[in-house]
This record gives sequence, structure tokens and C-alpha cells, in this order.
Amino acid sequence: MVEQHLRLRSDEPVADPAVTVDSFAQQTNAVAVRLEPGDDARDLLPYLTRLKLVEVNFPAFTEGRGYSSARILREAGFTGELRAVGDIAVDQLAPLRRCGFDSFAPDAPLSDADAEAALSRWSNVYQPAADDRTPIWTLRHGQSR
Amino acid sequence: MYVYDHYDQQMVDTRVAEFRDQTRRRIEGTLSEENFRPLRLQNGLYLQLHAYMLRVAVPYGTLSGAQMRMLGDIADKYDRGYGHFTTRQNIQYNWIKLEEAPDILADLATVEMHAIQTSGNCIRNTTSDQFAGATPDEVVDPRPYGELIRQWSTFHPEFLTLPRKFKIAIIASETDRAAMRLHDIGINLVKNEAGELGAAFYVGGGMGRTPMIAPLIRDFVPLDQFITYAEACLRVYNRYGRRDNKYKARIKILVHELGAAEYTRQVEAEFAHLLTLQNTAGNIEPPLAELERIKAYFADPAFESGLSDSLDLANADFAKWVATNTAPHKVPGYAIVSISCKPVGGIPGDATADQIRLMADLGRDLSFDELRVTHTQNIVLPHVKKADLFGLWSKLVAADLATANIDQIGDIIACPGLDYCSLANARSIPVAQKISQAFASNGKGEKLGELKLKISGCIIACGHHHAGHIGILGVDRKGTENYQLSLGGSEGADCSLGTITGPGFDEDGIVGAVEKATDVYLANKQGEERFLDTYRRIGMAPFKDAIYAKEPVNG
Ligand code: SF4
Repeated sequence: MVEQHLRLRSDEPVADPAVTVDSFAQQTNAVAVRLEPGDDARDLLPYLTRLKLVEVNFPAFTEGRGYSSARILREAGFTGELRAVGDIAVDQLAPLRRCGFDSFAPDAPLSDADAEAALSRWSNVYQPAADDRTPIWTLRHGQSR
Repeated sequence: MYVYDHYDQQMVDTRVAEFRDQTRRRIEGTLSEENFRPLRLQNGLYLQLHAYMLRVAVPYGTLSGAQMRMLGDIADKYDRGYGHFTTRQNIQYNWIKLEEAPDILADLATVEMHAIQTSGNCIRNTTSDQFAGATPDEVVDPRPYGELIRQWSTFHPEFLTLPRKFKIAIIASETDRAAMRLHDIGINLVKNEAGELGAAFYVGGGMGRTPMIAPLIRDFVPLDQFITYAEACLRVYNRYGRRDNKYKARIKILVHELGAAEYTRQVEAEFAHLLTLQNTAGNIEPPLAELERIKAYFADPAFESGLSDSLDLANADFAKWVATNTAPHKVPGYAIVSISCKPVGGIPGDATADQIRLMADLGRDLSFDELRVTHTQNIVLPHVKKADLFGLWSKLVAADLATANIDQIGDIIACPGLDYCSLANARSIPVAQKISQAFASNGKGEKLGELKLKISGCIIACGHHHAGHIGILGVDRKGTENYQLSLGGSEGADCSLGTITGPGFDEDGIVGAVEKATDVYLANKQGEERFLDTYRRIGMAPFKDAIYAKEPVNG
């Protein structure tokens, strides 16, 4: 189980362990899955209705595929918990959040104050992503999304 | 020129505060060097052989006088009184103290500048045509589109941890002055048969260990979809680019291994998917009103009309400088001026703080407050009245900035090499200096005409040696510095990669080999042929024969 856990959702956490993509496809009652960097997030799209938790592993902070996996799931309408696990430092929280992660379980503990500062630092964003923030180029022209 | 609004300013100011905090954590020791490294890299701060190096972004190579002046002031205040203009249209400072880096970024922010994403495995500063907005041969000024790319790519959350660095160039002219097809993405703005503007996408070019010329993957992306198309190109790369071997991690390897057709198919599928988000909150594309807003900043300055194109060329040195260092302007009576940062025997691309400030003033007074940095490490004043040329030239002469050698053999591109760079195998600067001196003193430099010579201190190829008419690559040969020679590269519309002549040379040997290669050209030249044309016509053999004749080869 994960000890350090920053969760930005108010629903009950899923208690089921996250299983691999392969076993998830075979177990018709599984609701939690773990994506490794080489897994294709689109393999999960047929199962979005029963899926409650997707854990995306970042074995190293230089591993960037999980950012795309997260956006792909959100773009497809996944509303369950998207949890980033692994080698995550406070400086990655803001981009992870923008890609749709709403839960973080880093290997090394984060200080609450640092995490809060990182997540509230950017009052605006230049481009759209998987969060609901209106990009500057839309704000400039008086439209909200 | 683009001017920040409060949003842009706030983004840059926030970045300064963030980096100040990260630097403080590093100095206090709560942030490890390993974890700090990617953060400082995304702010342009490298650890080199002797000190930190800071690379400052010059988006699409365009600067105002005040921005240029600040670059000079920073050289004095935080460095050793000079800066180095790079092949990425940026400037680098080589002697930076970590604890001062946040202050430099704060100073830069006061003139709407930054070092965001000038290194690291992210989308780097977008480069463009240094003659944009001034040259008669462009379809449209490409810089507004470059500015859109700047905004889209700045802190793009999905693409901050790519397999490797990612460079985009955007041009709008068949005369490619930006080495467009040697970039991860090269965009050429074109008109279709209906006269509409669109973007041709070339993807997977690059230099380095495995140089590749980018194939065309889409000949026309409508301008209200081009950011979305770029997003699709990047997403496919982020997901499938190789991460197991940093030498195979650039997008050129992905495109090469998949084949351009399969890569294109994947991009088109992702593009089709992203277009389905168009009418949702997830719409990738900026509103067209934003493009119009940006374009207004790049409107022509108030050119005078009816000016004469005639020039008094009685002064022979001035006449020579006009012939080599000016280019035709789209408006009669104006010229595009290239200021050479390649004095004979100097360090290519270096300029002192005083020189930088002088160029800033000249740009402000004589070029509608606009300057450009070129990927050939020179400075351009894009809009100079011909009537002002002589006065301008006189001031440049006094500052040692009037070397008349643009695109000639003395206009060498050289990376910092072993004098600064921790990755280098060999020194680049002394080789450049020796070649420049040799061809100045034997008087051949001028006779050779256009001859682009480029030097890299290692296979990473920051000096673009693959694209040099003559290319030189520093290699490590059993612990000593050795130089490989290649011929026939070109970065322009006739893009090609150089071919290695054969065994390498030591520092003096390489200068001799270059002289022999140029002699072969002069002996075989027909009509107006450039070195490159002659090489293409007669092939490698005559050059090889001359270069390796008799003399012992120490390779
Ligand atoms: S080419 Fe090599 S030596 Fe030269 S600057 Fe680039 S990394 Fe350093």
C-alpha cells in the first residue's frame, strides 16, 4: 500500500489493488489497473465504464510517457482516479496535474507546503491540456471555455 | 515586434520566482543535484567544464534594441564582458555563478526575455529565417506563427519530459536560411493552388551522430489546424520515441525506424483524434483572433517610400562590405545588413559587451529598433536605409564589427568545443581561428566566394558540420584531438549531408587539408560555380587525391 499520498478527489479511494493491463483485460470484475510506461493507454478505452483507478508508473522522473497516457484517458472521458506513482518530485506536480492526474503517490515523501505551492504557482496557462483551465490565448479574446 | 502583455509578463515573472526557489533549495541542499539538473536545464543552465553556462532564448531570433542592450549589460555584470551567439539563434554566457542565475533571469524578465526551455528534453526555442519580414522572397512573415508555437510549447505539460531535446524551425521562403530540414520539425509556410496559406511539415531531421534530412510528411496543414498537427507529431514522438539509448532518442530515429509513411500514418491518426476535441474544452487550436493579434505586432515598420537605391561605392572597403554583408530588402532604398561576428582570427560568434551595446544602439537608431541573431552566429539589422549604410559601416569599422565575409570561408560556424564544453572531443575555436587567419593572409577567402565552413567539437554537431560545404568534426583518437573532414553538405533548399573525405588530421593538418580542397575547387571551377556546385559536379575523387597526395597521413 502507498504511504505518502496526495489526493485531490473527494470520493472514496478505491481499495482494490491495481493490476497489470493484461490481467485487467482478463478479469471482468477488476476496477483498478496499473499502466507501465510501455503500455498503450488506448488498450483501456473499451473498459472505461468499469474502470475506477488508473495508476500510472513513473519509474524515473525522466520517463515522460505517462503524461501522454493520462491525457489520452481524460480525452476519452475517463473520470475516475488517475494516480501518478513512482519517482515524482514536487516540481513535476503541476504538469502532472495539467495532464489529468488527480492523485499522487511518490516514492519519496513530499512536504504538504511544497506541494501546495507547486500546484498553485501558475495563475495561468498558455495551452489547453486535460485540466479545465482556460488558456491565455482564449482569455485574451474574452471567451471562457 | 512582439510585445508582452500582462499574461506573458506574469508567466516569465512566475518562472523567475520558481527558479529562485529551486536554486535556493539546491544551495541549501534540500534538492539533490540529480533532481535539480532537469530543472536548471529547463532554465538554460548547464554545468560546463569550468563554470555554469546560461543560454538565453531569443525567440525566432528577433530582438529589440533594449533587449540587445540588456544582453550586453548581463555580459558585464555577471560574466567576463562577452557573450557567445549560437547556432540556435540564442546567446550563451560561459562564466555564470549558480547563485546569480536567478538574478540574471530577473534582469532578463525586465526586457521580456527568459531562458525557458533553452535546454533539457523539451521543445526548445523556435528558430526562424533571420531575414523574416524584410526579404522579398518570402510568402509571409513566419514569425507570428513562431510566436504561436512559442506560446503553445512554453511549459507544455505533456512535452516537458520528451525522450530527447526537440527543435522546431519555421520559415516561409523557398530560400531556406534556417536549415529547416535539419530540425526535429521544420515548417515551411506555403500557399496552395487556391492561394490559401498553410504549413508544410517536415519531420525527423537532425544532425548529431546520425544526421538525417527531414522528410515531408504533410504538404499542407491549414493554418487553423497547425498547432493541433504539431501536437499530434509530438504526442506520437513522446509515446514511441526511444528512451533506452540517448543516441537513438531523437525523433529522426523514430521516423527512420518506423519509416516516414508509418510515422505519418500514426500522426494522422492522432491528428484525427485531436480534431474531434475541436468543439470541446479540449480544443488544441488557438483562436484565429490570437493569430491576428500577434500579426499586428509584426506589421511593417513605417518605411519611407520613394527612396533611391543608389549608393556611393567609391570607398573600396565599403563597397566590398556592401557586396558581401548586405542583402536585398523588399522595400526600395532599404537593405538587410549582416554584421559579421567573425573577425579574422576571432572566436566565431563572440561579441564583447561594448560591441553588443553598440549593435543595440545601431539597431535602435537605424533599423526600426530591430535586430536578429542568425544561426550562423552573426547579427542582422533587417531594415537599414541605404543612405545610412556608409555611416553604419564606419561605426562598425571602429568597433571591429565590419569584417566583410558573410557566407565566405571566414564566416565559420564553430561550436564552443573543448575550450568550454564538457562533451567535446576536440577544440573547435583554435581550428576556426587558424583557418580564418590562413585564408585572410593568403587572400583566397574573397576569391572563393560562398563557402560555408562549419566545425563541431564532437558528434553532437552543434557546429552543424554535416551541413557545411566543408565540415570539420573533432574526434578523440587514442587520447589526442583529431579532425575529420567532410565535403558537400548544405543546409539550404538544396539540403545535403557532407561526405567524409577519409582519415582525419591533427590541428595543423586539417588547415592544410582545407587549403588543398579549396585549391581543387579554384582549379576546376566553371563560370559562377560555388565550391558546393563544383564538388557536386566533379565528385569526391579529385578532392581526395589532392588532400591525401604524397604527404604522410597521420590518421
Ligand atoms: S558539438 Fe559537441 S563539443 Fe561542440 S558544443 Fe556541441 S556538444 Fe559541445
